[in-house]
Amino acid sequence: MVSPAPKIAVENLRLSYGHKEVLHGIAFTVAPREILGVIGPAQSGKTSLLRCINRTVEFTPGAVMTGTVRVDGEDVMRVPDVYALRRKIGMVAPLPVGLPLTIYDNVAFAPRCAGVTDPAELDARVERCLRQAALWEEVKDRLDTLGTKLSGGQQQRLTIARALSHDPEILCLDEFSIAIDPVTTMRIEDVLKELRAHVTILLVTNLTQQARRLADRTMFLWNGNIVEIGPTEEVFSDHPKDRRTFEYVNGIFG
Amino acid sequence: MNPPPVRQARSALSLWGERAIELLIRLCGISAVIFVFSIFLFVFLEGAPLIPDLNWIPVIFSPEWYPTSRSNVRYGVGAMIIGTLSVTGLAMLFAVPFGLGAAVFVSEFCGGKLKETLKVAIEMLAAIPSIVWGFIGLSVMNHLIQTWLPAPVGLNLFNAALLLALMSVPIIVSIGEDALKAVPDSYREAALALGATRWQTVYRVLLPAARNGLLAAVLLGVGRAIGETMAVLMATGHAVNIPTSLFDPIRTLTATIAAELGETAVGSPHYRMLFLIGLMLFSITFVVNLLADLAVRGVRRQ
Repeated sequence: MVSPAPKIAVENLRLSYGHKEVLHGIAFTVAPREILGVIGPAQSGKTSLLRCINRTVEFTPGAVMTGTVRVDGEDVMRVPDVYALRRKIGMVAPLPVGLPLTIYDNVAFAPRCAGVTDPAELDARVERCLRQAALWEEVKDRLDTLGTKLSGGQQQRLTIARALSHDPEILCLDEFSIAIDPVTTMRIEDVLKELRAHVTILLVTNLTQQARRLADRTMFLWNGNIVEIGPTEEVFSDHPKDRRTFEYVNGIFG
Repeated sequence: MNPPPVRQARSALSLWGERAIELLIRLCGISAVIFVFSIFLFVFLEGAPLIPDLNWIPVIFSPEWYPTSRSNVRYGVGAMIIGTLSVTGLAMLFAVPFGLGAAVFVSEFCGGKLKETLKVAIEMLAAIPSIVWGFIGLSVMNHLIQTWLPAPVGLNLFNAALLLALMSVPIIVSIGEDALKAVPDSYREAALALGATRWQTVYRVLLPAARNGLLAAVLLGVGRAIGETMAVLMATGHAVNIPTSLFDPIRTLTATIAAELGETAVGSPHYRMLFLIGLMLFSITFVVNLLADLAVRGVRRQ
């Protein structure tokens, strides 16, 4: 199979916090408009991996990253404009961080930082993103209340809306459904399926079934190493390449 | 199996202990109110007997302060009210942008050694006694202003405002920095992950998030400036005068009390008038705090 140029290419990525290495030289690629599921137990380096891609890892004192992460062929450590890189990537954290702004300003934050000032365009964008995050109907009458006043699940959907607000080419979801009820989760999963048409998605999840439902390929990360990466059907089949994958997916790990 | 009776006794004791501690804490809380109120009452009682004898409109608006005149005693504090307000206002004009800017710089833009050095330096600045500031104003700045600026006298509004600014900046910086430090790091990271630059993060997220703390920092700076006595006594020129330019000598309410109270006979009208001036200072601070409180509440309601 001749694959197109990868959207994200990671080579020999090592990351350590102080003396503790959390990613031990991992390599993989993500094709454009692919959903890559990332599964693995706690402390396996899933979140750190995402933070390497948009370079937010550098805010952690003592974090040292070696190897290369390329987005669209460009080494993220050498991009001329890191802010443009970060706008290319939408990031959703596991626990929602509603900025202390109104709901509207939360969603309009990134476009404004990118220089969008036209009110009509901002309005349209805010509505579109809130609809995509399945939040519009609940908040459309109170867009000027503080985002931090929303419930946990609503805040999480607000962060999803925010992550979509700057038209990212890549969406990194870090256990987005932790604070959301199953029905809303399914609605957002449907949105992700639509977004697949033009967005590359990295889906880190503790719900292995979520990866199974959505991901084209799935990567099993364990203790900072890739145990297995392959088509989702294969990873979730009775005979994945690695025995440990089977055990993890079927809940008999350990 | 029954619990041993000792435990019963003990829990009764701990219940009483709980109540005692609660009472103690309540007392501590109420004592603040009691102290403020009794200070107010004391100042009021010392000044009160003069109140019926005063004609309030000239007292508040007239610049004629002749408390020891033999033939025609006049207690006009208008010039001093304007003096206090103008020197404080001018000082805040210097101190608020500098103080908040420095707080943002120390908290967000510099790291490691520089940050520690700056914090220590700022704390030392806050620890300089006001008499030393007054000395600097009297001997150093006085000369500099006369030499470099078109001012007939070096002891004036500008000199004192500069000193007050230097005295309130450290307070604004250290409290403002605490307020910014209290903003969770997750806000910074979320904003930066959305492609905001550091400056965009500061003015779009951190300043709104730390708004109440920063307002408190500014108000403590204002409080410091209004209440300051020694430095303004030495640097303003201490002339009863409504200022028309930056380089006019002025006199403040606080400096008047400090300079004259020791010279008056206890219970004399002049003595009582000085206490009434204290009452005016009280009211000014009260109004400032009230406005701040309303501002904070207004902000919260949004």
